[in-house]
Amino acid sequence: MAYVFGAMIAGSLAFSLFSGNAEALSEGMMESAESAVTLLISISGMLCVWSGFMRIAKDCGLIDRLSRLCAPLLRRLYPDVDVESDAFRYIAMNISANLLGLGNAATPLGLNAMKELKKQNPTNVASDSMLTFVLMNTASIQLLPTTIAVLRKSYGSQQPFDILICVWLTSALALTAGLVSAKLLNRRKAWRSSSRLSPRRCASGG
Amino acid sequence: MEIIVPLIAATLCVWGLIKRINIFESFVEGVKEGMRTVVFIAPTMIALLLAVGMLRASGLLTWIAETIRPAAEAVGFPAELVPMGLLRPVSGSGASAILLGIYEDYGADSFLAKCASVVAGSTETTFYAVTMYYSAAGITKIRHTLVSALLADFTAIVLSVVTVSLFLS
Repeated sequence: MAYVFGAMIAGSLAFSLFSGNAEALSEGMMESAESAVTLLISISGMLCVWSGFMRIAKDCGLIDRLSRLCAPLLRRLYPDVDVESDAFRYIAMNISANLLGLGNAATPLGLNAMKELKKQNPTNVASDSMLTFVLMNTASIQLLPTTIAVLRKSYGSQQPFDILICVWLTSALALTAGLVSAKLLNRRKAWRSSSRLSPRRCASGG
Repeated sequence: MEIIVPLIAATLCVWGLIKRINIFESFVEGVKEGMRTVVFIAPTMIALLLAVGMLRASGLLTWIAETIRPAAEAVGFPAELVPMGLLRPVSGSGASAILLGIYEDYGADSFLAKCASVVAGSTETTFYAVTMYYSAAGITKIRHTLVSALLADFTAIVLSVVTVSLFLS
């Protein structure tokens, strides 16, 4: 993350000097800092309210029920997570909320899921389950893209929902691409680190 | 569709009352958790949104889009979608602005508008989501998350053109 951050800032500076709009850059810096805080304040309202309602859902036992419903499918995606754990429950709820297009409700559930996953993995390195979970949240998996349909309608579209099949296919395949690539990269790294580790293991054994 | 959110809220409250739960206390407890989460993720979010803002203000993103344009045209990919594809993972509002621009210039039922809508509907603001979720768990080493997530976004952009040409034209 440090490299991404550094590259973004250094790259912006280098390019703005090169293209001569350093003034726009410093203005953009101030503006984005300001809008970052505004954004945080505006999401915190929704986040708190949904956290509140989701807490009621949890105390009602609703989260348990939903996670049992999703368990057969999700168990395959998260082999390391116990089906009876809170982490699994929050993952199930987050994904259900995403499917229903309730992004605002999904976010606090997802953040709770990450905190629970952290308890099983008390390091600062992302675990496989965390990776899978974040990938499922960076891909949009909602069933009805209502916001886009509303926008299209307001711009005079005759059938704002005609893109539905395309959206389903595209998002399903994009998520698959993300998950499969993660699996492959994982395997390559696991292989590399095990081959690197084995001589050391021999040395300490001897 | 707008009624669904208050409907869920009301259903949860009624259900909680039937189950004899102190729903007010539960709600307040949840809000507390929400507040704590906001405070916890705020520093990381501010850092990343700053970097993204600088990237946009410097014109680097526009320049990359212009550089890719000929290559995109050569493989038959509509060049108008390039800025959308580049902006989508880093800025939700920026991508929306481009989307609305496409609706206005080409019409909401045009081929381009459909492709852009599919991109918008099948992707998320990747950088934002990655930062938010990992910072909530205090993760700093994210391994290959970004590579896989961006690959998924790239797949979505390519497939939007493919699926729209297959099913909608």
